[in-house]
Order: sequence, then C-alpha cells, then structure tokens
Amino acid sequence: MSVDMSQFFGVFFEESQEHLDEMEHLLMELSLEAPDIEDLNSIFRAAHSIKGGSGVFGFDALTGLTHVMENILDLARKDELVITKTIVDQLLVTVDTLKNILHCYQNEEEINWAEIETGTIALEQLLKSDDVISADSSQTENGQKDAQNAQAKDEIEGFGLFEHPVTSNDDDFGFFEPLDPVSEEKAYGFYEDEEVKSESDAKTSAPVKTDDDGFGFFDDASGAHQIIPSDDNQSDLKQAPLSSTLSPSANKTASAKQAEPLKSTNANIKGAEKSAPRKVKSENKESSSIRVDTNKIDSLVNLVGELVITQSMIKIVGKEVQGETEEKLEGAIGELSRNIREIQEAVMSMRMLPMSFAFNRFPRVVRDLADKLGKDVNLVIEGGATEIDKGMIEKLVDPLTHLIRNSVDHGIEMPDKRKAAGKTAQGTVILSAQQRGGSILISITDDGAGLNRERILDKAIANGLDVAADIKDADVWNLIFEPGFSTAEAVTDVSGRGVGMDVVRRNIESIGGSVEIESHQGVGSVFRIRLPLTLAIVDGMCVSVGGQTYVIPLTNIIESMQPAKEQIKTLAKDKVLWVRGEYWPLVQMHKLMNIDNAKTNITDAIVVLVETSRKRFGILVDTLEGQQQVVIKSLEQHYKRVPGVAGATIMGDGSVAMILDIESIAAEVKTPSHQEVPIVS
Amino acid sequence: MSANAAAAEQATNEEQQEFLTFVLGDENYALDIMTVKEIRGYENVTKIANAPDFIKGVINLRGDIVPIIDLRIKFNVGEASYNEFTIVIMLMIGERVVGIVVDEVSDVIKVKESEIKPPPEFGVAFDSAYLHGLTTVKDDMIILVNIQKLISSDELGLFDPNAQAEYE
Repeated sequence: MSVDMSQFFGVFFEESQEHLDEMEHLLMELSLEAPDIEDLNSIFRAAHSIKGGSGVFGFDALTGLTHVMENILDLARKDELVITKTIVDQLLVTVDTLKNILHCYQNEEEINWAEIETGTIALEQLLKSDDVISADSSQTENGQKDAQNAQAKDEIEGFGLFEHPVTSNDDDFGFFEPLDPVSEEKAYGFYEDEEVKSESDAKTSAPVKTDDDGFGFFDDASGAHQIIPSDDNQSDLKQAPLSSTLSPSANKTASAKQAEPLKSTNANIKGAEKSAPRKVKSENKESSSIRVDTNKIDSLVNLVGELVITQSMIKIVGKEVQGETEEKLEGAIGELSRNIREIQEAVMSMRMLPMSFAFNRFPRVVRDLADKLGKDVNLVIEGGATEIDKGMIEKLVDPLTHLIRNSVDHGIEMPDKRKAAGKTAQGTVILSAQQRGGSILISITDDGAGLNRERILDKAIANGLDVAADIKDADVWNLIFEPGFSTAEAVTDVSGRGVGMDVVRRNIESIGGSVEIESHQGVGSVFRIRLPLTLAIVDGMCVSVGGQTYVIPLTNIIESMQPAKEQIKTLAKDKVLWVRGEYWPLVQMHKLMNIDNAKTNITDAIVVLVETSRKRFGILVDTLEGQQQVVIKSLEQHYKRVPGVAGATIMGDGSVAMILDIESIAAEVKTPSHQEVPIVS
Repeated sequence: MSANAAAAEQATNEEQQEFLTFVLGDENYALDIMTVKEIRGYENVTKIANAPDFIKGVINLRGDIVPIIDLRIKFNVGEASYNEFTIVIMLMIGERVVGIVVDEVSDVIKVKESEIKPPPEFGVAFDSAYLHGLTTVKDDMIILVNIQKLISSDELGLFDPNAQAEYE
C-alpha cells in the first residue's frame, strides 16, 4: 500500500524552486510604503506551498523555516505587522537559506541545521520585536480555547457567513448566491471558486481572507468584524443556528482541528485547510502548460534535424525522376519542406525561454551589492520577454552576473562622487536584451565613471603585455579580457577574485557569442554581448576545398571575392590581401586542414572575408557551394574535439561536413606586424 | 575417473562467451560480440583535419557523427584497400560508437573460458596488453582482442583523455 514518494521529489524540488524564485521576485518588488495585499498573498501562498509539500515528503528542515515565514507574512497581509526593510531583508535571507536547504535535499547532502536555527531565530526575533505578536498569540490562544468549546458561535461567524441559510441578509451579500440548507456541501466548495476569482475581484477579497484564515474561526473574531459589511448582519448571523447549518464535513473538519495539539498555531491549521484552493490554482496553471523533461525536447530537436536532412535527400533523389511524376513529386516535396520548416520552428520555440529567466535574479544581486558598497543603484531591465535558447540562458548567467557586479562595483561611483561630477546620486545600470535579426543583443549599460584608460594601460604594461602608447581606445578596453587582468585596487569579496573578464569572454564565446565594450570617461560604459538565437542550427556558407565540403558560419562572413593578382601582397613571407585600403591576412584552408588537390594558386581560388571579435582575415577556398541552414552535430560525442572545427553537420546527400570555428582559427592568424587590424566597432 | 567427470561437468556448465571473428591481412581475430552494434559496408568518409592516417574520418550513422578507423593501417597488417567488400564493424564502446575497417567478417564463435590460452608476447600485430588470449577453432588460431581496451587506449587517441577514464 505504501507509495514510493521519491518519484514525486523531482516535481516538488522544481516547484519549490519556482516558488522561491517567485518569492524573491515579489519581495524585491514589494513597496514598503504601500505593500500590495495581492503580492503579500502570493508570497504567503508560495511559502505555504513549500511548507505543505515539505511536510508531506518529510523535509522537516524546510517546514520549520517556512512556517515562521508564513506567520510573519500572515500578520503583514492582515495589516498587523508593518513591513520594514529589515523584515524584507531577513525574508530574503530566509529565501536564500531555503534555497540552500532545497539544494541539500536535492543532492542528498548534509543539512546545515545551524543555519536553519539561526534563520528561524532571526525571523522569530522580528515577530517578537513587534508588539503585535503578543496580541496575536493571545488571540490565537483564545481561538483555540474557543474552538475547543465545540461549535462556538462567535468564532464561526466568518464561516456562518457563507453557510447561513437565512434569507434576510442575502441581499447584503449580493455576491453570494442565496443558499438553502440542502446546498451546504456546495456552499462549502464555494470557497475554492472564490479563491481564484478573488485575484481580480476586490469585493470578494474579504471572504477570501476568511478562507485563508482557516475559515476564520481559529483566528481572531476581529478579522470577521472587518469583513462583515454591516453590524446588523453580524448580529443576525450570531443568532443563526450555526451548528445545524454546518455541513457534516465541515463539522468534522472543525472538530478534527480542535483535536490538534494546542501549541500548533493558527497558521498550521490554515495550512491544512488551504490545500483545496491551492489545488484549484494549480489545475488552472496546468491547463495552459505542462512540464516536460528537457531531454525529451532535445531528442525531438534532434529528430527534426534528421527530418530536415532526410528531406534534402529526397529532394536530391527527386531530381532524377523524369516525366509527369517529376512535377508531382516536386510539388509534394515542396509541401513537405514547408511542413518540416514549421515543425522545426515549433520545436525550436519549445527550447526558447524569455530572457527574464536569467534577468530576474539581478535586481537582488544589484540590491545586495549596492547595499554592501554603500551605493545607490537602480537596475533597469528591458526586453525581458526576448526569447533565447534555454541552453544559452544557463550559460549566460555567470558572465552576466560578473558584468553586472563589475558595473555596480567599478562603474557606478559613490553617491558623493557622483554629485560632485554633476550626476544624480543614484546610479543607473540598464540591462537590456533585444533580438537583432538572427542574433540576440544583450547590453549592460552604466552611467558610471567609465573605464580608466591609464590604469588599464599601466596594468597591461605591468603584466608584460606589449602595448603601443597611441593604442586606440577600443583596443585598450579589450585588454581587460586578457587573463589575470583586474584593475581593482584590492581584492574584495565583490570583485577582483577568482573569475576575471577573460572567463567572461571565454564563456560567451563558447556559446558562439562575442562581447565588445564601449566606454567614455565620466559618462559610463556599455558591454554588448551578441549571441546566436540558438545553439542547434547555424546559417552557414558551404565551401569546397579539394573535394571536401566545409561550412563557414554566416555570422562571421563579411563577403566573398575572387582576388585579383594586384591585390595580393607578400608581407614577411605571408600572403596578405589588399581590399579597400586594408591588408587582410590570408588563411589557406588546404594548409590549415591538410587537404590535397586544392587550388593553391590564390588568383584561382575564392577568398571568404571573415571577422571575429578580435580579428579580420580572409580564408582561401576552392569554390562556394551555397548558403544553407545546417544542424550542428557534436563531434565530441563519439570522437574528440578537432582544432579549428566547431562541429559537424550532415549535408543533403547524407555526407558529413565540418563546421569551421572561425574564432579558434583567428587565434592562429598572424596579423601583419606593423599593420594594426582594426577592431570592428 | 569421477574427478574427470566432475571436471567435464563443470566445463559444460562453464559460461560460454560469443566472439565475432574477423580477418586483418592473413590473421584471424575475434572480438566480444556484445560490443558490436552493427556491420556495414565501407562508404565514403569525411576526412578530419590533421588526424593520424589510420583515422579515416567520420561518417553519418543515422544522424550521429561517428569516427572510422582502419586497424590495418594502425597495425600495419594486410593492405589498406577499399572496395565494395570492405567491411566496417560498428562498435559500441561505453556510450561511444566507433567503426573499424576490417578485410572480412567470418563467423560467430562460442568460446569457453577454459579454452582461452594466454596471449603470446610477440608475433601479433597488437600489443599484448590489448589481447584477451588465443583460441583454436578447427585448427585455426584465433586471436581474441580486448576491443574495449584497444579502442579507448591512448595509443589510438580516439577520445579526449579526460573522457577516457570511464571506459577503462
């Protein structure tokens, strides 16, 4: 009969994680002057859901902490506790603790009970520091005592409000349907509907409150007072034969609750009672989305990739068909390819998530950091709805965190310094994402001091880098991406430790992106990250060298050309190409890839001009074969990494072609020594 | 007498392992059939830049990019010619698929542990570290290859060193 609960753990962990994220998000948004009751309710519900789930699965560490949290939130939403910054801070700390605990449970690690203990005490202190709590606890005591007295009248007021069969006051409660005694069961279920409706309906918010409070009768009577529109009704209700109006099940619930140990607080009881509305809510959610294992989506993406390849194969075979059937076949293949393209788009969109998944954590990061540094920083987030491949979001979080911390720490100045410079005391960091054609542009803009040219140059020279004194600004900024480059005067726990900007750039490049910097002294800096929309498919130019096909990603290509003899110059034994006033270093594919039978005469060949974040150069190939979308396949799955190759793909005829990794080829390219290759701005 | 019978009894109960035999040049080899994914004809491969010559390249195996190696070149046996009869044995080594080019695939044999003799120290193209042992079938000597160890070895360098540990 015993059910293996562990099969539900995964869902619980995921849901709890979401609840915690939501809580953090809402807490950050919460205005201290006028806290929105709905937000407080949502935070409460999130805490409550975690508590409920953890109780079921026996994750006691979570239960205790969420319980105290719930108490605070409950008081807050009943206006009995004024939310202060201290409380929000402590709640945020608690959210962090909960995340840690969740992580421990998830990975079956040792639970840090000391941390939980501290967290609980800190939270309880908040409650104690406010005299409201004493009133509340006495009320609770009252409530419990009264509850013991079977169906005590006063306390059931709120309850009777709904169940009450009297006709006289029905009009006053226009929004409740007239109830007759036989529909008591129905009336009981009524709450569930109200709970959902209440989100928007201000009028119904009162009954919801009662509902949340566990039918109100374990709570203070004053709660019910507030709700009831007129005193007349109240007295009416009081006199109503309540015990008879309660449905049997309600009676049962009530008495069951009374049997519970008294030391359990009202919040506990609410926990049990509230499960019904919660269910309604989650059902609503489920109707619009379902949880799918990402592996399943990935395999779907792969299969669709296969389909694309198979379709190109059919197309090639179809060309051999002659006569009347050819036309028919062509039409059918056209239809097929349209359908496949749509399937492909649909499947790819499943992998897409809004950028806000990555962005939402940053208000917290900025807030904590600004507090620590004594700065006043406003983070503006734009374009959170821009969609991007899920795999990339995960890989973006670390570099973005680093860049944002940098902006707050190094970019934004201290308030007095800002005022002295004629700026507002509050610094602004803008984090924005937008789609530009086939790529996503993420920028982190701050209105701080800007990068310090002199300091970077000093550091570069100290690091033994060879820099010219008249080096361009853009090149100076790029120096900070060099390994071991931190201009922070001292290593603090904010910046200057561990990962540097070189790691940021490496991480971004590993997902096919590039990063560039624009900075003006005293005005601010912009870090721009350009990313492909997806990792799975790339637009490429197919080129042929010695009978082998290679794919060059279109994002890297500037143009292709057949070089004329007079454009080719020799610089220190290396061939360079003179195009529109610039010397372009040349990479000969057949040499790089060790291919026989390739065209070795440069004027017979085609040059593909490419650019990376660091360099521009030309690649010498035999012929161009055309532009095509290709599905990226991993070489490492069955083999190993190949230098200069980003991956492989399967061409229409079923053969394999290598996709060139222009960034890594660029590292091999020698720039003509005295000719500074301009960095693309 | 009774001891002999018991030994015979034990021998029949002894677990039999199945091997796939193949020919490289003039020598008969066999590998554990459980590692074989499929057997297919040799088809055109896509060369890998700057790879050793025994790594012929990669092919598309139903959407997976799979390397093909020619053991004849690596161990310098027979002649590395490719025609319509050239066979590729697709092997499943751990999670990875690797194809090996051989001259001929001949048979599946069942061998008892007791019939396997220790490998010779010399006289075989392979390093004895990659051999399981020798056995005889119908007067033919067959060399049993420890194909898992061979494919994942540093000597072939097919996998990145860090990924290798899992297969040893």
